[in-house]
Amino acid sequence: MTGTAPNSTAPKTVGAAKLAVRVSAITTLNALVTRFEFQRIDGTDFPTFSGGAHTVVEMMDGEKKRLNPYSLMSDPAELSTYAISVRRDDQGRGGSLFMHQKIKVGDEMALSYPVNLFVLDLRARKHLFVAGGIGITPFLAQIKQLEAIGGNWELHYSCRSPDLGSYVDELTENYPHATSVYYDDKKQSIDLDNLLDGQPFGTHLYVCGPKGMIDWVRKTATATGWPQAHVHHEEFLAPQPGRPFAVRLKKSELTVEVGAQESLLEAIERLGVDAPYLCRGGACGQCETDVLDSDGTFLHRDHWLEDDEKESGEKIMPCVSRFEGKILVLNR
Amino acid sequence: MSTFEFPPSIRSRPVYCVLQARPGKAHLMIADAEGAEALIDLALRAPELMAKAHVIYIPKATDFGAALKALNPAQYYEGPSYSAAVSRIKRVFLDASMGLQIYLSGTEGLMGQALSEAMQAGYDHTAIQTEHRGSLARRMQCVHCKGITEDVSNDPFQCSHCGLNLFVRDHYSRRLAAFQGVCIDAEEPGNVPPSKELYS
Repeated sequence: MTGTAPNSTAPKTVGAAKLAVRVSAITTLNALVTRFEFQRIDGTDFPTFSGGAHTVVEMMDGEKKRLNPYSLMSDPAELSTYAISVRRDDQGRGGSLFMHQKIKVGDEMALSYPVNLFVLDLRARKHLFVAGGIGITPFLAQIKQLEAIGGNWELHYSCRSPDLGSYVDELTENYPHATSVYYDDKKQSIDLDNLLDGQPFGTHLYVCGPKGMIDWVRKTATATGWPQAHVHHEEFLAPQPGRPFAVRLKKSELTVEVGAQESLLEAIERLGVDAPYLCRGGACGQCETDVLDSDGTFLHRDHWLEDDEKESGEKIMPCVSRFEGKILVLNR
Repeated sequence: MSTFEFPPSIRSRPVYCVLQARPGKAHLMIADAEGAEALIDLALRAPELMAKAHVIYIPKATDFGAALKALNPAQYYEGPSYSAAVSRIKRVFLDASMGLQIYLSGTEGLMGQALSEAMQAGYDHTAIQTEHRGSLARRMQCVHCKGITEDVSNDPFQCSHCGLNLFVRDHYSRRLAAFQGVCIDAEEPGNVPPSKELYS
């Protein structure tokens, strides 16, 4: 490895180096959400991260290796521990269920180095956070980061019900004047038009939550004159199951059948081919792959490629996108 | 004609567009000299903006003031110089809310300085529209003494502070709102090529 200082803790290849950790605490927050805390097996501090960063958790589920991204929600100033909160998704592909049902305190796991695709813009005069459900997690770290530097922030947090309001008590107790909570079951909702009207010049808006909420907030902000550069969002897509399909990997001279429950990226990894990735959720662009030949239909599901790139049939994001047809050849 | 097509240059050099109406709660329009024409053109295309517009104008020996005023903006201010207007501009940003749209037109010095004020108020520079009109003169910083010389239209030119002969670069500082001027005869003092008008 040339060009890297011998004592550097930085990963040699992005996404490749792992942090060996032990599960140090598991806390059930409510019927759906559980917090997992990790410490490094070698006892050293974790790498620094900034609020909004995520880690990809490696789960060894029997023969199957699952890799799911979760936002780091612990205090960026507290590097002895990383914490994530996992919402159980009974209809999902099984990663969250595995965490909830199989992982015990003391288990050894691997985490990726933190990557931040949802950074605070610290030039902002004010940070306005809009969270929906488990979308609260990146804001928990960002709030701690801002509190440490006296930042100006305000949180509007929408949850299904008081029973499912993860971290509501902590937030309303510590920051009663900065936190507003809205419960669906009490027919409360964020008055977005009013909220966005009159925010001080230089405010940045951040939204994390279900797709519908993200679209609503971004659309409303644009319509009322908020520039794109001031509106940030994070949405991790989970790969969706689909029909199996075959892929030829030209450089590796391998062919692989992508299973119904498996993503294209996972199938490539299963063959031992080293494919780049960071977020595994269609957001970061790291896994962008050139298509050399195809005969069929692309099922593009990412937020990364532009519409014309998707139509061109020359690019695919294997973390979330699929293919239906006869021939697919990738430059991998 | 007050428009000029700048030849392609290095990445640092600002590029300008044609002002487009954008949805907004309020509209701030800052112009100098022939920049007024860009605002008049914008108002022709989107007259609805003017009821929520604040126009700040520095005529610089032109006479577009009456035509701008006739657009009937919600607020109109005319000042003798950018320095005279800047305290008002700072105040506008201090009081403004998100949803304000910013339109700048005229000379590069005016647009650059107003953009820098907006940036200091926490606003992203990519969200600000700029349309160049009129003079090609530049606001230059001497990289040696750091002094700013306004309205430089010849290359090379003499720094108005330290007197060095400076080459007009396209290398631009968004923060300083100035192009960089670099000593042209450092190795052989006195060997200065004849000064030419910019883009002539």
